[in-house]
Amino acid sequence: MSKATVQHNDSNVDSLLRFMTCGSVDDGKSTLIGRLLFDTKTILADTLTQISNTSKKRGMEAVDLSLLTDGLQAEREQGITIDVAYRYFSTGTRKYIIADAPGHEQYTRNMVTAASTANLAIILIDARRGVLTQTRRHSYLAHLVGIQHIVVAVNKMDLVNYDQATYDKICADYLAFAQEIGFAQARDIKFIPLSALAGDMLVDRLDNMPWYKGETLLEILESAPAAHTEGDEEFRFPVQFVCRPHASADADLHDFRGFMGRIESGGISVGDAVTVLPNGYQSKVKAIQLGDAQLQSAQTEQSITLLLEDEIDTSRGDMIVKTGSAIQPVKQIEAFVCWLSETPMSLARTYVIRHTTRESKAKVGTISYKVDVNTLEEQATTDLKMNDIARMTFKLAQPLMVDSYATNRATGAFIVIDESSNNTVGAGMII
Amino acid sequence: MTNKQTKHQQPLSHLDWLESEAIYILREVAGQCSNPVLLFSGGKDSLCILRLAEKAFRPGRFPFPLMHIDTGHNYQEVIDFRDQRAAELGERLIVRSVEDSMKRGTVVLKTPDESRNKHQSVTLLEAIEEFGFDCCIGGARRDEEKARAKERIMSFRDEFGQWDPKNQRPELWNLYNARSHKGENIRAFPISNWTEMDVWQYIERENLALPSIYFAHQRDVVMRGGSIVPVNVPLVSGEVANPLKAGEEIINMQVRFRTVGDISCTAPVISDADTVSKIVLETATSTITERGATRLDDQTSDASMEQRKKEGYF
Ligand SMILES: Nc1nc2c(ncn2[C@@H]2O[C@H](COP(=O)(O)OP(=O)(O)O)[C@@H](O)[C@H]2O)c(=O)[nH]1
Repeated sequence: MSKATVQHNDSNVDSLLRFMTCGSVDDGKSTLIGRLLFDTKTILADTLTQISNTSKKRGMEAVDLSLLTDGLQAEREQGITIDVAYRYFSTGTRKYIIADAPGHEQYTRNMVTAASTANLAIILIDARRGVLTQTRRHSYLAHLVGIQHIVVAVNKMDLVNYDQATYDKICADYLAFAQEIGFAQARDIKFIPLSALAGDMLVDRLDNMPWYKGETLLEILESAPAAHTEGDEEFRFPVQFVCRPHASADADLHDFRGFMGRIESGGISVGDAVTVLPNGYQSKVKAIQLGDAQLQSAQTEQSITLLLEDEIDTSRGDMIVKTGSAIQPVKQIEAFVCWLSETPMSLARTYVIRHTTRESKAKVGTISYKVDVNTLEEQATTDLKMNDIARMTFKLAQPLMVDSYATNRATGAFIVIDESSNNTVGAGMII
Repeated sequence: MTNKQTKHQQPLSHLDWLESEAIYILREVAGQCSNPVLLFSGGKDSLCILRLAEKAFRPGRFPFPLMHIDTGHNYQEVIDFRDQRAAELGERLIVRSVEDSMKRGTVVLKTPDESRNKHQSVTLLEAIEEFGFDCCIGGARRDEEKARAKERIMSFRDEFGQWDPKNQRPELWNLYNARSHKGENIRAFPISNWTEMDVWQYIERENLALPSIYFAHQRDVVMRGGSIVPVNVPLVSGEVANPLKAGEEIINMQVRFRTVGDISCTAPVISDADTVSKIVLETATSTITERGATRLDDQTSDASMEQRKKEGYF
């Protein structure tokens, strides 16, 4: 039972954290990421030489750390960032994956994409400008996509003389707004004053802001819990692949039937009673395997193979849950949908919805309203264009086993696929 | 949600998490694609992927064959290791060679000693067509190079094998979309989120065997344009790669390779790390990126990798 027993201590954080940065152009996002990489010694000498050469070429005196996160040639030429980029650094205690998405209004889809795998969001505010429309937009999207931990980073403090009153006012403004959207109660929100350019309060604490006694940005990151370790989520195991090596001459393997997949939430132990959905067959867990290892129990985010006591006809797309769990197959879903494609959504067409490892054909039911991401106003609409977010329903050809996104990010999320192009055209969060 | 709630589990280590994610991606490929293939070079990244595939699919067989695109300019040790590993696993290994493409006339070298690395894409596309593969699993990592930072886990290639940065599918949660129409192709990268350090730590933890040239050894080299270049390397064909040029002086140095690829474009680094744990230590204190140190073909331009990706490189 070693894995399932509880160990309470403060340092018991997951050794991997995924976070995202949100900010409008010029808020200092690239500089902040560059700083984090630089101050944690992730940047190696040859890369540094490369960017310092580029800095010189562009006539800059100091090394421009924002060049580190400069992406592809095409956008370098256009001078803008057009997509989500992933960066890595490690502190020895934790590995970090940063999703870096541009903050332009027309890039709602990029933000939603970046947010979908993040457990923490750093929302950048320019200290000279305070809480702006884009701050609201970024916060709303982080909220919508279910990010539990928000760090409001008031950047460019050097340009306001490291003034505490300016900082306090921005924090108060932000909190007022967060309360208004019902965000403050639900989330863990932290505030921090920064100068990304000077490298103040990111990894190092310089002497400029003695009035700030809180954690540095890196300290916040080091202690932030990753989402899945909070709360008691129910066991959800979408079957990815069924292993049946029956052709094998090995007698032991002759009847082997392993259900392979990743535990999306909760935990499971040998002997637990389980139900396979949508058919409702019941059995018990006979064994749990990970490679050569036989486990007594397994937990969220582990990829394992489950063996059941009974021979049950199960295939990819089925979901194994604990017997008695409230989840039921449904043929209609209501969700917030973010449209990702340049081709607007068609009410007449049939799409494919992929939810966990399962797919179903789907038709649009009704669209209740569209959300203006700047004002958060609900507007009546009959269509959905790229970057729009709407509350709507889908009718499904095949039943799906869903939870609400608010209770379970893995079984509450789906993507919409256009079969003619095979493109991913929408992202949904079930209500 | 507050932090007060009870936590009933021991957090996964970062290697456990990365391993689990990679297994999940491999199983998604198996579940979604009808005819995938695993690109296997004998190098450290692809050896990690083989271990991950074992964990993903044993006691069953792999739901895909292995394939190596051989430039004909590979170290003999690596080729032997490749064959031995495939045999131990009892999995099918397909080898297609750039030299055959040269014979067919589909690969034309500008000069006889031009690096064949970039020509692998032609041979790869020919093999994809020959076998009708709809997905190639590769060992690329996002931290390898700037142009890869935006690469998807499931990366879409058109009928010409081209990667169009503007035509990539949004990738949300772990809902990977590996669908393709006939003739199109998906490149799947299960270790996208790994760094060089993660790879070495995983090799250490899993006790994976590696080709000997990854470990410090004595080798005849010369200095060319600031890089260490192995010279007079015997090839399977009987020829030698990187022949000594007039006026060059051979130095015998203790070196190891951080990546193994085409001899003409993979340089070793000076090192006395002769065990995996010493390599882990050395990687932790290294001041140069893997590609910066060892890939002669990437130094030409900031954007050279991106250019090659567009042409169908992995
Ligand atoms: N004075 C000052 N300038 C900053 C700070 N952070 C970023 N900048 C500058 O603001 C400009 C935009 O920064 P950048 O990181 O490119 O912003 P991005 O568009 O959000 O990625 C650059 O000229 C940076 O040097 C800061 O803390 N203080």
